[in-house]
Amino acid sequence: MFLTQVLNGLQLGSIYALVALGYTMVYGIILLLNFAHGDIIMFGSYVAWIALVQLGLNPAIAVLLAIFGCVVLGVLIDKVAYAPLREAPRLSILITAIGVSYLLENGVQLLLGADAKVVPSIIDLGTVQVFGSTLSGTALLTVAVTIVATVVLTLLVQKTRLGKAMRAVSEDMGAARLMGVNVNSTISFTFAVGSALAGIAAILYSMAYQQVSPTMGVMLGTKAFVAAVLGGIGSIPGAVIGGLIVGFSEVFVAAFGLSVWQDAVVFLLLILVLVVKPTGLLGRPVTEKV
Amino acid sequence: MTKMYPRDNNHNPVIVTGFGGKDGQRRELTMPARYAINAILVALFVFGGNFLVGEGLISRYQTVVFEQIGVYVLMTVSLNIVTGYLGQLPLGHAGFMSIGGYACAIFIIRMMPLFGLDAQSMASGSTPAVILFVVGLLFGGICAALMGVVIGIPALRLRGDYLAIITLGFAEIIRVVLVNIDSALGFKLTGGASGLTGIPAYTGYLNTAIVVSLAIFAIHTLMKSRHGRAILAIRDNEIAAEASGVNTTYYKTLAFVFSAFLAGIAGGLYAGCIGVMAPAKFGFMKSVEILVMVVLGGMGSMFGSVVSATVLTVLPEALRAFADYRMVAYAIVLILVMIFRPEGLFGSYDFSLSRIIERIMNKDFPWNKDDSDEQTDVPVNAKADAQANEQADTQVDVQAEASTDSKEA
Repeated sequence: MFLTQVLNGLQLGSIYALVALGYTMVYGIILLLNFAHGDIIMFGSYVAWIALVQLGLNPAIAVLLAIFGCVVLGVLIDKVAYAPLREAPRLSILITAIGVSYLLENGVQLLLGADAKVVPSIIDLGTVQVFGSTLSGTALLTVAVTIVATVVLTLLVQKTRLGKAMRAVSEDMGAARLMGVNVNSTISFTFAVGSALAGIAAILYSMAYQQVSPTMGVMLGTKAFVAAVLGGIGSIPGAVIGGLIVGFSEVFVAAFGLSVWQDAVVFLLLILVLVVKPTGLLGRPVTEKV
Repeated sequence: MTKMYPRDNNHNPVIVTGFGGKDGQRRELTMPARYAINAILVALFVFGGNFLVGEGLISRYQTVVFEQIGVYVLMTVSLNIVTGYLGQLPLGHAGFMSIGGYACAIFIIRMMPLFGLDAQSMASGSTPAVILFVVGLLFGGICAALMGVVIGIPALRLRGDYLAIITLGFAEIIRVVLVNIDSALGFKLTGGASGLTGIPAYTGYLNTAIVVSLAIFAIHTLMKSRHGRAILAIRDNEIAAEASGVNTTYYKTLAFVFSAFLAGIAGGLYAGCIGVMAPAKFGFMKSVEILVMVVLGGMGSMFGSVVSATVLTVLPEALRAFADYRMVAYAIVLILVMIFRPEGLFGSYDFSLSRIIERIMNKDFPWNKDDSDEQTDVPVNAKADAQANEQADTQVDVQAEASTDSKEA
């Protein structure tokens, strides 16, 4: 029983971690709290739903389509809504992000209706018996995918030229431009990577809960952002740790029969961490330039 | 391009106050005259409107729409204090509204028997009803303001996006608490998820108009005072403001708490207008809706806030047929405004009747442009400056030629 709860926590935490990685990467590079990130996940889940239910495609193709759809949407949002505002005050771009989030939610609601849609099972993994506890295969797959995605992402950021460019732009955009880094394409690439992670999270979320609705991204996105801030925004291991903390606290609050309070607990945790350590658990302190 | 007026030894225009003023002197209204004109107009609006409601010339439905406009105007101008004047972005304004609304409604419902009132007589406008209304509204506002202190002190230590996310978090906590507090307390207080019902209809045209006018006057006087200038200084550059001796923590908290207080008052009016309080109405979406009103009107423009809150409350009522498209249109307008006019439709422009009257008094119209001052404003040593510039230009030219020469060589 305990093991099942731990796995549930890991599963939920993994999904939060994947979403939080997307937040943290975009924030790290252009200091934008991308409010639309949660809605990109919603979009990905709808793409999977359309591919599986409306078009009856092979699940593997549906998964690829969902991830591809998220990448295209993420880059498009950056090009259309955020790129014109690179030099604008932070407040303007933040409000634009809220506008994009609003647009996606209400646009999907207008086109496909406000009711939740059922996503059929993408892959049936059955259950595994370990030490007398029943563990769901989906949960194990979720955890495995998250570990692989995090490792690949870390290698990408630390070992490749593009990763080096991303780190350079995040450090100092102006200096990176002078060193010959193509800042705009680096930012687009960051959005693409973050959105691809969102697409993976969308698939894992649909597998776990088997339903999609236009507003599913709001709470998921907000809590993943909480996870990113908890771990220290801009830090990849921080996002994973934050995601796991949020996932575990939700599952254990629910296990104590207090599930109605779980949202409040997550936000309370965030507030406590921010009050004690304003940069999050693994965040670097930022000195303000005058 | 202003008109040329006689100037004193320091080149400041000689100003003549009062309605008088000889030709060629700028005429200005005295402060008492300005206040008198505005007070008369506000009184005309408040009591004239109330007379029309009493006579039945404004229907019940229109009155309710007016009350909602009042609530949203109050919410928008109060958020504008923090977003427009202080330059911070809180995303939990609906949380304060719900606190104020619940506190005010519960207070009035519990206190009615003590005052010998029932739901009918609460709306009658009798003296005890008015006293209870005022006390209840203040109670709601103070509860919201206390919550503002609790939230503001940790939140305002953080900058920008952290402030946004922490206020969002607090608003969510408030919502969850409102839903679940009954089961935790063991008696009925907020009515849980289904909401608080049986709120007497204590909000009417007259008290909405008076409360909103008072609130706008209070914000106006605050912003024209020393404290208001300190708040604006923090917006423009927090570090510079601090270096100039502005106690930034104090003024940030002051603006935040004042904004929360007014939002609580707005919540109290809202409860009396709608009659039912449900926590789901005060989610993140409500906060965003208010933010849209502030941004659209122009951050830092009270006039813009009032106009956009009015338009965005009336439009959905007028365009019920297109209700499905409303939110999509909101979103697109918000993005377009941010991209093409980031300062909002009115920017930081504020309407001033006195300024317009003064312009008329001075016949200072755009089509009456007097260009003569541009010539007279040219300083005496301008000629010398021009010569110096020419010299500098020729020097640059020489250098440029020299560099091209060296390249060719």
